[in-house]
Amino acid sequence: MRIGRNLLVTLQGDLEDATVEQIERVVTGEVARTQARGMLIDISGLTLVDSFVARVIARLVGMVRLLGAETTLVGMQPAVAITLVELGVSMKHVHTALNAEQGMARLAGLRDDRLY
Amino acid sequence: MTVSTEGVTQTVTIGAESDLLRVRTTLRAESQAAGLGLTAATKLVTAGSELARNIVRYAVHGQGEVLIEALERGGKRGVRATFSDAGPGIPDLEAAMSDNFTTGGGLGLGLPGSKRLVDEFSIDTGPGRGTTVVITQWGR
Repeated sequence: MRIGRNLLVTLQGDLEDATVEQIERVVTGEVARTQARGMLIDISGLTLVDSFVARVIARLVGMVRLLGAETTLVGMQPAVAITLVELGVSMKHVHTALNAEQGMARLAGLRDDRLY
Repeated sequence: MTVSTEGVTQTVTIGAESDLLRVRTTLRAESQAAGLGLTAATKLVTAGSELARNIVRYAVHGQGEVLIEALERGGKRGVRATFSDAGPGIPDLEAAMSDNFTTGGGLGLGLPGSKRLVDEFSIDTGPGRGTTVVITQWGR
C-alpha cells in the first residue's frame, strides 16, 4: 500500500521461506517503480520470525536503502522480540518502532533532516 | 522425576522447505494444548523451525523427521520434539554449537540459538551416523 511517498508493507501469519523471498522481490521492485522514499514494514501480525525470516528482512532493508528509501520495521510482537534476542539475531542495522504511527513519524523526521 | 508421555505423539516428515510450515504449525498446536505461554511457545516453534531447516539444508536429500510429544512431569506439562536425520552427521560438534559458525552460508545461529530458546536440549551426532536433536519446553 502506498501513502504519499511511503510504502506500507504488512506481513501476516506464518510465512513459508519461498513466500518471504517472493515478498522481498516484489517489494524491492515496488520501491523502484514508485520511487518511494520511505517504507514501513508492519510485522504485528507475524507470529514467527526465525533466523531465515530475520535475514531476509535485513537484506530487504539493505536493498531498499540502496534504492534511496529508508525502512522502519514496526509492531514486532514482544514474544517475537524476546525470541530473536535469545536466538542471537540483533537486526541492529534495521530501524524499528513500536507501532505504525511512530514508524511514520520516524520516516517523516528522516526526510526533514535531509532538507535542512 | 519421571517423565511420562501423555500418549499424544505426532510425526512430521521433512523432505522440502515447504514442510517447515507443518513442523511449526504442529509445534504451535501442541504448545497450546500443553498450556505453554505465548513466549515459551514462540521460542519452541522458532527453535523447531531452525532445527527443521538444518535437516532440509544439511541432511541427505534434506530428508528427516520430527517426532512431537506431549509430556507430563510432576504436574507440569510440556512439549518434546525430536529431530532426526540420517545425514552426514556433524564432525565438529563444538564448532557447530558456537555462535556464527556455519558451513551452509547461514547465520550460524541455528544450533546454539535453538539451545538458548528451550528448557532442555540434547544432541547426538557423529560422522556417518546422522544427527538427532531433542528439545523440550515446559509450562509453568
